[in-house]
Amino acid sequence: MFNGSSKENQGQMLGEIGITSVEELFKDIPSSLKTAKFNLPNALDEQSLTKHIKELASKNKPLLNFAGAGIYEHFIPAVVNAISSRGEFLTAYTPYQAQASQGTLQAIYEYQSSICALMDMEVSNASHYDGATALAEAVYSACQIKGLSNVLISAGLNPQYKQVLKTYFKGTREIKFTEVSLNNGTLDLEDLKTKLQTPRAAFVLATPNFFGCLEEASKISQIVHNANALLISVVNPISLGILETPGFYDSDFAVAEGQCLGNAMSFGGPGLGIFTCKKQYVRYMPGRLCGITKDDKGNRCFVLTLQAREQHIRRERAASNICSNQALCALNALIYLSLLGPKGVKEVASLNLEKAHNLAKEISKIDGFSIKYQKPFFNEFVINCPIPAKQVISKLAKKGILAGYDLGQVDKDLKNCLLICVTETKTEADIEKFVSCLRGI
Amino acid sequence: MEKLIIEKSNGARAVVFNGAKTPETFLDKKYLRKNSPKLPELSELDIVRHFTNLSRLNFCLDTHFYPLGSCTMKYNPKSYDVLCSLENFTSIHPLTPADYTQGTLEIIYNFEKLLKEITGLNAWTLQPAAGAHGEFTGALIARAYHAKDKNRTEIIVPDTAHGTNPATAAMCGFKVVNIKSNARGRVDLEELKKVLGPKTAMVMLTLPNTAGLFEYDILEISKLVHAAGALLYMDGANLNALIGLVKPADMGVDIMHINLHKTFAAPHGGGGPGAGGVGVREELKDLLPLGRVSFDGKKYSLEIKNKKSIGQVKSFWGNVAIIIRAYAYLRQFDGKTLGEIAKNAVLNANYIRVKLKDYFPAFFDEVCMHECVFTTPKDMPSLKALYVAKRLLDLGFHAPTIYFPLIVPQALMVEPTETESKQTLDAFTRAMKQIFEEAKKDISILEHAPHKTEIGVIDEVLAAREPNLKW
Amino acid sequence: MYNQEKCKFSKTHEWAFVEGDTAVCGISDHAQHEISDIVFVELPKVGAKVEAGKSCAVIESVKSAADFYAPLSGEVIQVNENLNGNPALINQAPHGDGWIFKIKISNAKEEENLLSFDAYKATL
Repeated sequence: MFNGSSKENQGQMLGEIGITSVEELFKDIPSSLKTAKFNLPNALDEQSLTKHIKELASKNKPLLNFAGAGIYEHFIPAVVNAISSRGEFLTAYTPYQAQASQGTLQAIYEYQSSICALMDMEVSNASHYDGATALAEAVYSACQIKGLSNVLISAGLNPQYKQVLKTYFKGTREIKFTEVSLNNGTLDLEDLKTKLQTPRAAFVLATPNFFGCLEEASKISQIVHNANALLISVVNPISLGILETPGFYDSDFAVAEGQCLGNAMSFGGPGLGIFTCKKQYVRYMPGRLCGITKDDKGNRCFVLTLQAREQHIRRERAASNICSNQALCALNALIYLSLLGPKGVKEVASLNLEKAHNLAKEISKIDGFSIKYQKPFFNEFVINCPIPAKQVISKLAKKGILAGYDLGQVDKDLKNCLLICVTETKTEADIEKFVSCLRGI
Repeated sequence: MEKLIIEKSNGARAVVFNGAKTPETFLDKKYLRKNSPKLPELSELDIVRHFTNLSRLNFCLDTHFYPLGSCTMKYNPKSYDVLCSLENFTSIHPLTPADYTQGTLEIIYNFEKLLKEITGLNAWTLQPAAGAHGEFTGALIARAYHAKDKNRTEIIVPDTAHGTNPATAAMCGFKVVNIKSNARGRVDLEELKKVLGPKTAMVMLTLPNTAGLFEYDILEISKLVHAAGALLYMDGANLNALIGLVKPADMGVDIMHINLHKTFAAPHGGGGPGAGGVGVREELKDLLPLGRVSFDGKKYSLEIKNKKSIGQVKSFWGNVAIIIRAYAYLRQFDGKTLGEIAKNAVLNANYIRVKLKDYFPAFFDEVCMHECVFTTPKDMPSLKALYVAKRLLDLGFHAPTIYFPLIVPQALMVEPTETESKQTLDAFTRAMKQIFEEAKKDISILEHAPHKTEIGVIDEVLAAREPNLKW
Repeated sequence: MYNQEKCKFSKTHEWAFVEGDTAVCGISDHAQHEISDIVFVELPKVGAKVEAGKSCAVIESVKSAADFYAPLSGEVIQVNENLNGNPALINQAPHGDGWIFKIKISNAKEEENLLSFDAYKATL
């Protein structure tokens, strides 16, 4: 399949090389290795393959989605995929040859700029694998800056992010994590202050936190900086259409999962790791950066820059081994933000806020259900259910609804608690259907 | 040259969401944003035009021969673009109960089965988001495997390794031990023996190596590595040379990663998203990241509990959209035709090697695998690899990988892949010959290349000294 | 300023200009030429202990990151802050405004291991 040359042309090529069989090119491989048999199913032509994959797709049953917990369903305008599926973007490699990649490079520069604008931060890299891995890299950067290896994290950090931090640093670069507890859904600031009495490289703040609640970020930032630690903020980019920005509350690093900006949920991958920091820390930032420069005719152009920080030059002394970005996902995010503009991002965030509050209000009226935390929230919140959340999820799934995230998975005491997300994609009818199904439990 | 999108901003609107109440209705002001983000305000048409025009400034596989060594820029079949975008795949939230995601889970499960058959390695994770992320996962597995032997603190990498290999080892807290290649660009067994020992956790090899050569001593190497109690890691970035012919497990490989965006025809997307599966031998299976798919004969499900596992290396279970493409690709081959990929890739590389021998000699003058590392002629010291690369852009070809591997001076690493035709390769070799002749006549045309691209020679020093990273 | 005839050199192209128990350190003219346009210097911190032959700073060009190995052991007492804004000073005057840091020497004997300018030149 997909061979470029005809059999006849291949024969001519063998002749030019001066051999009669292609096997002669594999003589360095020990013969004992060449007897391998490959037991694969029959090959499918494009028509049968299409049928096969469509059949598999039909085995998925998308549900009316009220789950978030890290991956969010948002409306994706048609322009996003129409542009990013163009071969010129899709089938290009990393823009190492700047003259052959000005399109990708300018897009990266515009992505960096748009992300900085949205987050109010000074520098953004060209993106990372996902939010969790971006956080891991930010934590490492902070430890390098401070020369310390213990870090405080909010107990309200997404449990998957906690898991990834553990995987990245346990037994490797030995960074110790200590949790700051929550009190009724938001950070216990006294606990934060106490734990900051020991020198820490950084505090990892999540706002909205995993339970949907908004933290008092400015106050927290002051506490953290007074203790001479760095502030790493984990935020929801869509929320920044209306919520106070990590730059405003003086975050040193701010990271996020950018899937919500024009990328499909796709069962959780690919994601988009947004990674930003203050300008003074740019040298500690891993990953690619694109900058503006000039060519020999004085024209403005774009090029990957500050590359001497990266693995292909620093090898074992590089901060990270990352050598890609999620370029196409970053492009989606850029197109999405361009289409919405400053007004659109505010509108979409406002709709999330409003619809989530409407649903919360409706649920609190149902017997046996209540809102768990009386705290400000954006588009996610926790409800108490009369039965375990796990059962609510399986019952509603049968009615075509994904009810949310079962918090019993992270804490047995929360087994009756369900984390619900509502985005702009949910209509009044969807919300009504959800409420009536909950009522029927 | 295209203006920045923000410079075109004229106050028009594109996508509008109607009907929202003001946020103050629900939230105290102290939580609300005070400023407005500096994002473009343009009509939908102007946005479409902006990005379409940007796209036209790119070379890409769909428009140009793209012989980047080590990157396997093979054709990305269009049918997979359509198939991986089916709404039933894209609209699935990762927390959806398994009963409702059987299609996706079946693909992941069956793709793993195919990988087992192709590599001989028994268990796979598809969670890593890229090749380097796969390496990282592999090194964590090695660390977990040696958990009881605290002395195994070193990872050996040859000097031909990708820069990611030593960076990965360091990220996992290992000490990197570099070894020199022999005169034929292969691992020098004597050098290896000198450093291999009770401190060695793992040896990381790229097979075939980055000089495009097969490690003919591989069986001896794996014997030595295992006798020392260490693991053998295969960087599978170059699997395109071996697929369907040799099973890595038969070479003694314990852990390997593959790049789904290389050998398995997923597009590179201008730098991602990729996907990097990691395969291991049976005894390392339990150490793989959480979230593998199992099948009980009726139902597919995700395994998210396993105390021995190294944990999760990213959120959720992998770059599913890429996995679907790679699965589709493999289903288009059977046991016999699979080997044609490698055979034709190797044939194409050797054809270029032979056609160029009077102009740009292969640094190692022998049969190569799927890629060939050329150098500039010894008697033309003023001809730099960089000039060749930039001049190729003028002549309508993407440049090869240059200055890598580091052991080859003025390296030009050419990987044509099997999907290129003889006619394309002939055109490329003609262009290389032209460059050779230009260099002989007047080097200045090369020094100032490219001439025909939108922009000329780039001031990278200015970019680095005075970083301008956002508007 | 730090006349190369009066400097002592390491084989790895660093120089030391010794004055009493202190030494100013930098890289040789040959080294700056090889590295070409320097875009960034990662300086040691004042107060840091450096060890002869060990890497204690990094000099970056667009495509390389070269280690700076301390020519002598000692404690860093001053760093050339001007390099932060203008790393090209090393290219312009490697023995003048492009000096890198100053140390208080901890082991004067190590100076014997360094080369005179003429001996260094002969190694190139």
